[in-house]
Amino acid sequence: MSDDDHHRPIPPSPIEQRVNALEELLTERGYVPDGFIEDVNRAYENDIGPMNGAKVVARAWVDPEYKARLLQDGTAAIGELGFGGPEGHFMKVVENTPGVHNVVVCTLCSCYPWPVLGLPPKWYKEAPYRARMVREPRVLLAEMGCPLADDVEVRVWDSSAEARYLVLPERPNGTDDLSEEELAGLVTRDSMIGVARL
Amino acid sequence: MKLDVDGPAAPPRSNGELIFEAPWQARVFGLAAAVVDTRFDGDREPFRERLIAAIADDPQRPYWDSWAVALEDLVTSSGLLTPDEVDRRAIGRNHPSA
Repeated sequence: MSDDDHHRPIPPSPIEQRVNALEELLTERGYVPDGFIEDVNRAYENDIGPMNGAKVVARAWVDPEYKARLLQDGTAAIGELGFGGPEGHFMKVVENTPGVHNVVVCTLCSCYPWPVLGLPPKWYKEAPYRARMVREPRVLLAEMGCPLADDVEVRVWDSSAEARYLVLPERPNGTDDLSEEELAGLVTRDSMIGVARL
Repeated sequence: MKLDVDGPAAPPRSNGELIFEAPWQARVFGLAAAVVDTRFDGDREPFRERLIAAIADDPQRPYWDSWAVALEDLVTSSGLLTPDEVDRRAIGRNHPSA
């Protein structure tokens, strides 16, 4: 993962260096089948992080004052709910509205708001997504099942060491009677990356 | 890979879900699963013994740090890698110009 070193606010810890060394060596010897780690992680990626982000989104939907704080200072407002950590510094939350759709990419590597979204999905880390989301976001969003009307502005946010982005999706219509917990259950990982609408 | 749900070798969980606090922890978790699968025919016991020993060796050490120590012990003691080459590669990563 040396290609994202320039994007890291903090150098890898000694234990992380050894794990990286083990991963490189074991992969070179052929003991790690292609995609194996990603497969194991994918089995967990929908369990770990996205629920944290979903709780943040649901709180913002039901509490206008929290939403204002969240948009003002994402890191602090997310921290209020107890989420944060090494990959969650400098969180910036961007709000979808009827006229604006936000989507997040990391063009140089795979910076990702780990504490709120968990493990990044494989496609997020791959070159086609990273390149095309900048070059032709409307086309790619439509291909990913998220077509946008012509009058909706698309804003593409490039993650970096300076900021990790979280999309605040629009609250779906007809959810006035739902509790905060039930609302959190509607929020998907993809909607918080910005490649899906709810 | 089957995981202990309780006892000293059980990973941290919240509401039944594994807790990772950083991406490398998820990667070393998958890495151990790969080695057990490809080199130990899916037999988790040799790794598990080393994990229990690593935790007993330093109970205050964070769980996934012990997991990484146990994996390194497993792959070096079984001859898949030598301790020297792991050292060299880790040091090389610290000093990319070296």
